[in-house]
Amino acid sequence: MTVTTPQQAPPAEVPKAGATRLVDRVFKMRELAILAVFLVMIVVTQIGNSDFLSEQGIKDLLLNATILVLVATGQSLVVITRNVDLSVGSTLGITAFAAGTYLQGGGNPVVAVALAVLLGIGCGLVNGLLVSLGQVPALVVTLGTLYIIRGIDSIWVGSRQITAAGLPDGFIDFGSGGISAVPYLALIAVVVLVATAYYLKHFGSGRELYALGSNPEAARLAGIPVRKRILAAYTFCGALAGLAGAMYLARFGNVDSGTGNGYELTVVSAVVVGGVVFTGGSGSVYGAALGALLLTSINSVLPALGVSSVWVLAINGILLILAIAVDRIVAVRVANALKKRNARHG
Amino acid sequence: MADFSLTRAIRWDTVVGALLIVVLLLSFGTVDGFGNALNLSFLIGNTLPIALIALPMTLLVVSGEIDLSVASTAGLSGSVMGVLWNQGMTIETIIPICLLLGVVCGLVNGLLVTRLGLPSLAVTIGTLAAYRGIAQIVLGSDAVTDFPTQYLDFAAGRIGDTFIPQAFLPFLVLLAIAVVALHATPFGRSVFATGASEEAARFAGIRVKRQKLILFTVTGLMSSLTGIFWALHYASARYDNATGLELSVVAAVLLGGIDFDGGKGTLGGAIAGVFLLGALQNVMSLQDVSAQSQIVVTGVLLVLSVLGPRVARQISVARAGRRAASTPASKAPTPVS
Amino acid sequence: MRKSSLRRSCAALAAGTSLALALTACGGTTKKDVENDGASAASTASANPNAELKKGLTVGFLPKQVNNPYFTSADKGGEAALKELGSKYKEVGPSSATDTAGQVSYVNTLTQQQVNAMAVSAQDPGALCTALKQAMKNDIKVVTYDSDTKPDCRNAFVSQASAEDLGRTEVQLLAEQIGYKGEIAILSAAQTATNQNTWIDFMKDELKDAKYKDIKLVKVAYGNDDAQQSFQQTQGLLQEYPNLKGIISPTTVGIKAAAQYLSGSKYKGKVKLTGLGTPNDMRKYVKNGTVEGFELWDPAKLGDLAARTAVALASGQITGKEGETFKAGDATYTIGKDGVINLGKPTVFTAKNIDQFNF
Repeated sequence: MTVTTPQQAPPAEVPKAGATRLVDRVFKMRELAILAVFLVMIVVTQIGNSDFLSEQGIKDLLLNATILVLVATGQSLVVITRNVDLSVGSTLGITAFAAGTYLQGGGNPVVAVALAVLLGIGCGLVNGLLVSLGQVPALVVTLGTLYIIRGIDSIWVGSRQITAAGLPDGFIDFGSGGISAVPYLALIAVVVLVATAYYLKHFGSGRELYALGSNPEAARLAGIPVRKRILAAYTFCGALAGLAGAMYLARFGNVDSGTGNGYELTVVSAVVVGGVVFTGGSGSVYGAALGALLLTSINSVLPALGVSSVWVLAINGILLILAIAVDRIVAVRVANALKKRNARHG
Repeated sequence: MADFSLTRAIRWDTVVGALLIVVLLLSFGTVDGFGNALNLSFLIGNTLPIALIALPMTLLVVSGEIDLSVASTAGLSGSVMGVLWNQGMTIETIIPICLLLGVVCGLVNGLLVTRLGLPSLAVTIGTLAAYRGIAQIVLGSDAVTDFPTQYLDFAAGRIGDTFIPQAFLPFLVLLAIAVVALHATPFGRSVFATGASEEAARFAGIRVKRQKLILFTVTGLMSSLTGIFWALHYASARYDNATGLELSVVAAVLLGGIDFDGGKGTLGGAIAGVFLLGALQNVMSLQDVSAQSQIVVTGVLLVLSVLGPRVARQISVARAGRRAASTPASKAPTPVS
Repeated sequence: MRKSSLRRSCAALAAGTSLALALTACGGTTKKDVENDGASAASTASANPNAELKKGLTVGFLPKQVNNPYFTSADKGGEAALKELGSKYKEVGPSSATDTAGQVSYVNTLTQQQVNAMAVSAQDPGALCTALKQAMKNDIKVVTYDSDTKPDCRNAFVSQASAEDLGRTEVQLLAEQIGYKGEIAILSAAQTATNQNTWIDFMKDELKDAKYKDIKLVKVAYGNDDAQQSFQQTQGLLQEYPNLKGIISPTTVGIKAAAQYLSGSKYKGKVKLTGLGTPNDMRKYVKNGTVEGFELWDPAKLGDLAARTAVALASGQITGKEGETFKAGDATYTIGKDGVINLGKPTVFTAKNIDQFNF
């Protein structure tokens, strides 16, 4: 009779490990799915236009995606905690202008980038404080800060603009230069991406973001410092938006009061297409980055195939809806599978 | 507790309503060029698109959902109107077709939310892009401006020399219908119930899915009506008409005290919020306040409108907690064995 | 039961719509009926060339887009002229070059503020008409500059240079640069912009000449006067037509964005770029070999003439009819057909002369 007890232990562990493995597998599948769609798109385009994957073509593809990848990485952290940051576009605009003004006054490029990041952190802090302390819905608050930052940016910029003529040559060249087909800016974005992914997976505070997003109440009861984590997520999002602003300056060499307007919807689309769901607690930054790459590539794929770029917006919208639908169906299936597993071993 | 929050909501509504009256009175007295009929008709005319969409949006938000694709539906119906007009169809045929299009757009949103169970925020962000994209495909970068004068005049003109735009009267009718629907019918009460707790509403026998489907469909219809009005009022049908309007509607509705979590708010508050924002923008323009500064003011108002009630609630909760702690614990029912 | 009520409402909706359609088939207003609806805006007053220029007027400038350096220069020119004439200046405008509804709102705001005259650069030839006619009814003089509306919606149009001159010289410039052979494209602003379309029509007409027989115009792309869009449209052009030899961009925003892309890519120097740009914007690209030559007029002079025309109109010196003359600053201008006033000829900028200019 006492012999049966030790036999119970192993089966009880298997469902837990099996469940995590199942969920992990689902996530990996999600990212692979985006990667697959992306590769198929590229291959089809290359067949249709053999110049598409020239060195210049690949460089353009990567450069176009870089800025969105950066901002989407930051946004993912916020969305994972079941919030959203709609002010990233305005933050990008104001940090790009700040860096540009500093450079035009004869400053050091590295300091300019640091300035942009610091300003981004500031914006992120404001958002984070309002959301975590005020306990107001993130959608509303960041909508408000979207307006406020955009307004301040417009007033500050006025009718001025930053043009490439006023920026140091080295800075602009860095913006479009690279090691053969891989641009420097893309390398920076990849480093940030990998570092963020590592942090999320291997650091306790990173994993706590996921817990916080899946069930805020449970997370609070479990002792996770919810406010601190949300504040950190928003600050990081703002920092990356600031870095993206500096990159925007280097890449396009032109900033005015309209820079970054409307960018927030593109970022949210990239993040959702990449599998980071709005209900929080799931998704990875790699997925968001792939989503960003996919969305920006559509812009290049269509003209290469001779299709009018008038289709881009509609395609983005449909992709977004498909992604949400797929995520939902998968989530329902996973929940059912977990239920069945728990029922079997319960 | 529920009583308490209801009182809170009503109080915020009256605050907004009072603010609106104060702003209007002040502007009549001190702002040059505000009080005359022409300017007031501009003010109302510019605010009408937001007000029109705010009507169904209020019901939708009260039920716990949201629709961010309203501006794109408006743009799409305007674009279709332009394209069909260019192809020589009569305006009398075009308008019903565009309204039907709006119904379809709303239906799509509603079905995705109710049948597939997708979150309305994410879905309508997707349809925001999709509908705008279709508008772009349909009309390209053209702008259609040569609609018949009677319609243009109706959309942009006033009743004689008064301050009332001709389009205001139909709006009042729609407003009356919306107020009655939300506050005086069982349907309206069921919308509040669904917003407060969807589970409880379903158990109480409310057909939540059908209700939400109806709300999304009506929102789509009103959006397409707004799109037609916009194209006629500004004498220009472009694919990017009304871009960003959804944010203005959301901001105005929130300002008017509609709680984003659902189940609370009044239509009067929402409309007061809409016209308060419109009046402020009109006054600021007359005072040569730049558009940028106006944007900052809108943002600050928005943050305050949500921060204010929450902070107030937390203070009152803390106060109630202190009061409860200081009174002796009694009233516990003696168990009957 | 749910399904049947849904089906019933769908059926009712369909029935109602078909009924409406059937009724309207019996007749209605179409586009053709509206085309004959024209009205002329000729003022019935007669001009008094010796009238004193009024002082203390307020003239409102409404460009296509504020915070656009080209319009900032132009409007500053207008401001300086108004100061000299003893009148007041104000500038309002939308922040996007494709926000027609916004521009209409600003016409209304200026009407509301009861300015004496307004100088407008129209985003769309027809959209502003209802609002502008309303303004003119309220005794406000309307001058268009840079981009015109339909002639009956304004009193006069100040044109930067003859549209024909501009269109043809840009084609000539590019053709020289590419050796009269190859595929070319045009990167324009908004699809509806009056000035853009007039110039493009003249460009297409110029290309019909025999000496351009080896040049082919493959596409007209639209960047909507937005830097990032213009940048990406340039990318798209080069991806769709890898053998593209030259691009004409008759917009200061477009040419700058195209130059920025080309100078950072492998196409630098290989794909020729010309169009309308300001010397300060383009200096870097001329110096680094991306652009050989481009042209423009002085936007400040355009704004200056627009302001003086507005004041002359408001003072009764002119009414916008063909043949009237008036003095603006040092020069005398004659009003041409349809109320058009020409500023002069454009200047071509190259590496040789670009440092002499600062705007």
